[in-house]
Amino acid sequence: MTLDELKIGQSAVILSVGGTGLLRRRLLDMGLTPKTTVMLRKVAPLGDPIEVELRGYELTLRREDAGKIQVGGVK
Amino acid sequence: MVFALIGNQNCGKTTLFNQLTGSNQHVGNFPGVTVEKKEGIIRKHSDMTVVDLPGIYSLSPYTAEEIVTRDFLIREKPDGIINILDATNIERNLYLSLQLMELNIPMILALNMMDEVTASGNTIDISSLSKQLGCDIVPISASRNEGIAELVSRLSHLSPPKRLDFCTGEVHKAIHSIAHIIENDCRRISTPVRFAATKVVEGDEVMLKSLQLSAGDQEILRHIVDDMEAALGTDREAALADMRYSYIEALVSRTVVKQNRQTREQQRSVKMDAVLTHKYLAIPIFITIMGMVFFLTFEVFGGVLSDWMDLGIQFLTQRLDILLTGWGINSFIHSLIIDGICAGVGSVLSFLPIIVILFFFLSMLEDTGYMARVAFVMDKLLRKIGLSGRSFVPMLIGFGCSVPAIMATRTLPSERDRRMTIMLTPYMSCSAKLPIYAAITQAFFPGYGGLVMLSLYILGMVVAILLGLLLKTLVFKGEPVPFVMELPAYRLPSLKTIVLHMWEKAADFLKRAFTIIFIASVAIWLLQNLDFQLNLVADVSDSVLASVGRVIAPVFQPLGFGDWRAVTALLTGLTAKEAVISTLTVLCDGVALTGLFSSGLAAYTFLVFTLLYMPCVAAFAAIRREVNSLPKSVGMMIFQTATAWSVAFLVYQIGGLIVHGLG
Repeated sequence: MTLDELKIGQSAVILSVGGTGLLRRRLLDMGLTPKTTVMLRKVAPLGDPIEVELRGYELTLRREDAGKIQVGGVK
Repeated sequence: MVFALIGNQNCGKTTLFNQLTGSNQHVGNFPGVTVEKKEGIIRKHSDMTVVDLPGIYSLSPYTAEEIVTRDFLIREKPDGIINILDATNIERNLYLSLQLMELNIPMILALNMMDEVTASGNTIDISSLSKQLGCDIVPISASRNEGIAELVSRLSHLSPPKRLDFCTGEVHKAIHSIAHIIENDCRRISTPVRFAATKVVEGDEVMLKSLQLSAGDQEILRHIVDDMEAALGTDREAALADMRYSYIEALVSRTVVKQNRQTREQQRSVKMDAVLTHKYLAIPIFITIMGMVFFLTFEVFGGVLSDWMDLGIQFLTQRLDILLTGWGINSFIHSLIIDGICAGVGSVLSFLPIIVILFFFLSMLEDTGYMARVAFVMDKLLRKIGLSGRSFVPMLIGFGCSVPAIMATRTLPSERDRRMTIMLTPYMSCSAKLPIYAAITQAFFPGYGGLVMLSLYILGMVVAILLGLLLKTLVFKGEPVPFVMELPAYRLPSLKTIVLHMWEKAADFLKRAFTIIFIASVAIWLLQNLDFQLNLVADVSDSVLASVGRVIAPVFQPLGFGDWRAVTALLTGLTAKEAVISTLTVLCDGVALTGLFSSGLAAYTFLVFTLLYMPCVAAFAAIRREVNSLPKSVGMMIFQTATAWSVAFLVYQIGGLIVHGLG
C-alpha cells in the first residue's frame, strides 16, 4: 500500500520512494528514505494535503505525492 | 573575512543572523534570480561579514535557492561556513551538514535551540558528536542570545572538516573511483573534488555539464554508477540519500540521549494543532485571524497612524509653503514643490504606517509557525492554478494593498511561486480602488453599488485564476517545486527579529518612495500642469497629459469610454489609484459624473479596466524590487494592461449584445 492510504494514527515503514526529478529528490532529502518509520498525523480540512510525522518532526505533503511512496508493516 | 550562514528553513537562521549583525544589514538579490541575499557585518568585528543564504534542505540542482547556494560556496569561496541546525530536529538538519562538509570549506556547526533540548530532559554529547563528525560544534540558543559570543570567538580560526567520508560499501567505491577520474577536471573549474564526485554519483546534471567531461570519461562514469546501482538494487539518488541518513541515524543513536520522544515545544504544538488545523475549526479560525489582521492594520492602527502621518505631512507642507511664499520664489517651482513633490510623495508616505503594521502581524504569523499551517489548510484551493497554499496569505493581503502583498512574497520558498504570485496579486482588487467603485456606482447604479462592487472583486479573482492556469501551462511550465513542507513547532517569535523585519520593510519602501515613486510623481505632475510650450496651465484640460489622453482615447473607443477625461484620469491613477476619482472630479468641473459615460455598461467597463490595468507606481516599484529585473517588471505591466483591455473589451461587447438582445 502507499503512504496516502494510511489511516490517521497509523504508522508504517517506507519500502520504496517513487516519483521523478525534483519531487523524488525532495522526498528523499526530507528524510523519506526506505526503512524509515512514518506516522500519519492528520488530514487537512479540505481532505488534502496530509501531515505525517517522521524522524521527530512534522511534514506535510500532497496525497498525490504520498501515493508514490510504498509502505508496509502498518501498525 | 566572509562567512556563509546556511541552514534548513525554520532552524532560527534569521534570528541568529540578527543576533550576529544587529541592524547592520544590507538586503539585496542574487543576480538574475528572485532569491534574497542578505549581508551584514558581525557586531564588534568590522572585518567579519556574514552572508545569509536561503533556507534549504539539500544541495540538489533542482531549485533556484539550492543552485544559488552552491554557486556562492564554490565560486565566492567564503572563508568559512556557519551551518545552523535545529537541535530538536537533528537528524534531518545533519543531512545538509554532510553535504556541506564535502565542499571542504572551514566550517562550524551552530546547534540551535539547545535550551529546548535540555529542558525536555534530552542530552546531546557535543564533544563526541564533534569528534565523530570531525567538525567544530557550538551549542547556542539564538533567541536567548546564548552561545553567540562563543560562536563568534571561534570564527577566526575555523578549520576544514577533518573527515569527508561517511560512506560505506558500494557508494564508497563509486565515489572514490569517480573522484579519481574527475580530479583534474575539478581543478580546472576549481570545484572541490569530493563534492563533485558525490554529485556525479547522484546524476547531477548541473555538475556534469560544468565538468565538461570527455565522452570516454562519461562512459566510464556511467559504468561505475550502473555497477553501484546493480549491486545495491536501488537507484543513484536513493542510494546517496539512504547512505547519508543511515550514517546520521547511527551517529545520533551514539550521541543523543532522548528521555522524551518529543520536546515540550513539540508536544505543545501537537495540542495547538488539534485546534488550529482542526477539521471544522481550522478555516473559521483562519478567517478570524486574517480578519483581525486586516481590521487592526487598515482600520485601527494603520488607519489612525496614516491619518497622523497625513497631518504631519500637511503641516510640513504648509510650513514649506509659507517659507517659499515669503521667499517669493518662482510660482512654477513653488507649485512643483508643493503640489507635485510634497503631494505625490506625501500620499505614498501615508502608506508607510500600514506597511509597517502589516509586516508586524505577518512576521508574527510567519515566525510563530502559523503561516505553515495556513499553507497546509489552504493548499488545495491554490493547487489547480499551479501554486501552493503558501501563496494564499500574500494574495489575501492584495485586497488591502498590493505593495505589502508583493513584498510579502519574499517568504515563499520557491522562486517560481514567488514570480507567479507577484504576477497574480495585483488582480486582487486593492482598497485604493474602492473610492473609484463607490463614486461611479453611486452615479450609475444607485442602489446596486454593493452588487456591482462584489462582481468586480469576483471578476478580479476569476481573471487571476484563468491567468494562473494560462501561466502554468505557458510560462511556468516545468515542474513546480513540490509542496513537501515542514510544519515547524510553534514558537514565540523574538521581538528583535520582528522589529528588524518591520524596519527592513519600512526602509525598503522609503528608499523606493524617494527614488522611483518620487520621480514618477514629479513626471506625472509636470505632464499634468504643463502644456507643450512648457507653460504652466490654468486648466488641466490644456495640459500635455490631457493631450496624451486625447490621443490615446480612441484606443478605448471599443471599450465604450473613449472620452479623453476618463483616459486622463486612468493615467493619473498610476501615481495612486485614488487619483482616478480626484482627476475625474476636476476634469468634469462640477458637472455630474453621469455625463462621462454614454451608458451604464460603459461605466461598468471603465470599472473593469480600472480593476485590471497596471498597478500604481508604488506597486510597480515593489514588483521591480522583488522580480529584480526592469524588463521583466515592465513586461508584467504591459501584460496586465493588455489583459485589462481584452477583458474590458469582452465585457463591453458581450454586454452590448445582451443589452440589445433584451432591448
